Amino acid sequence: MKTFSALRSPAVRDSLGIGVAVGAAGLAFGTAAVAAGLSPAQALFLSLFMFTGASQFALVGVIAGGGSLVAGALGALLLGARNTLYGLRLADVLGYRGARRALAAHGVIDETTAVTLVQPDKESARTAFMTTYVVLGGFWVATTLAGALATDRVSDIDAFGLDAVGPAIFLGLLWPRLREGGPRTWLIAGLGAGLALAATPFLPPGVPVLLAASAALLSFFGTADRPVEPADGAAGSNEAEGIRS
Amino acid sequence: MTLWIALIATTAGCYLLKYAGLAAPRRLLDNPWLQRFATAVPLALLAALIAVQALGDGQSLSWDTARMAGVGAALLALVLRAPFLVVVVAAAGTTAALRAIGIA
Repeated sequence: MKTFSALRSPAVRDSLGIGVAVGAAGLAFGTAAVAAGLSPAQALFLSLFMFTGASQFALVGVIAGGGSLVAGALGALLLGARNTLYGLRLADVLGYRGARRALAAHGVIDETTAVTLVQPDKESARTAFMTTYVVLGGFWVATTLAGALATDRVSDIDAFGLDAVGPAIFLGLLWPRLREGGPRTWLIAGLGAGLALAATPFLPPGVPVLLAASAALLSFFGTADRPVEPADGAAGSNEAEGIRS
Repeated sequence: MTLWIALIATTAGCYLLKYAGLAAPRRLLDNPWLQRFATAVPLALLAALIAVQALGDGQSLSWDTARMAGVGAALLALVLRAPFLVVVVAAAGTTAALRAIGIA
């Protein structure tokens, strides 16, 4: 069909670039999941169906630390709630209904939102969304499987420094928000990290992170008279910058 | 089996959260309080996850120089606006290299 013109479209090039980068993270996820005690099939299941990296890493991190599944699940869901916000922004842009909307919902994540929201019109937005979704999903699932199967055979994964990948990925998601945000943004992040560390010795693994979410309550204090800046409405493009710059 | 149930339930929840956004009435987005809170929650969670995964070891805190150097390398890459792939590889590469020369 339109294969050749599609290859020249910026949306396709962008999504291929992001797909490769995400592939590296998928490798790390497959590794972390199996190291935490999941089977390769379970790691694959998460990448295929949960399909939201931060939640997956958070869940597996709690399981690896010996925390309760409930704490791990709650952490993953809280993190996954940002996809709801992305969905709200994407709904008008994509304009999908019915079965197509149900399918597209699976693809609502940081990267697809970032790439889609910077498109100039509805048609290129849909192309960008679907291309990024499919390419990135393909890389993510394939590399998860590769990482999971490799870890089944390798004994010492620490030697590859993969335990630093989880924090690095979360930092990659957080940094664009900090760079664009004001003092309050830094305060909320700092308080979240501080609360989690302070609670770690006293609470089961996974729970300190849930407790840290309460730092978000700070968003209700202070300059409440000022309307939310349009910059918030452009969080997608901030993210695009974070991922693509 | 319990693990499978937890994975499936969490996966279903994550999907419903995504779907809720696409299907919810658009005017929810205009609520400034919801906006503020929804923007703030990931900030706190991501920062907490970085701290706990970098410095936590089960229920205790521990300093792992090689791992912290990896996280530092990722931060440096982000400050220099490197692509995501470089950030991830810098973190793993730095940690692996330091461990290879015997720094824990």
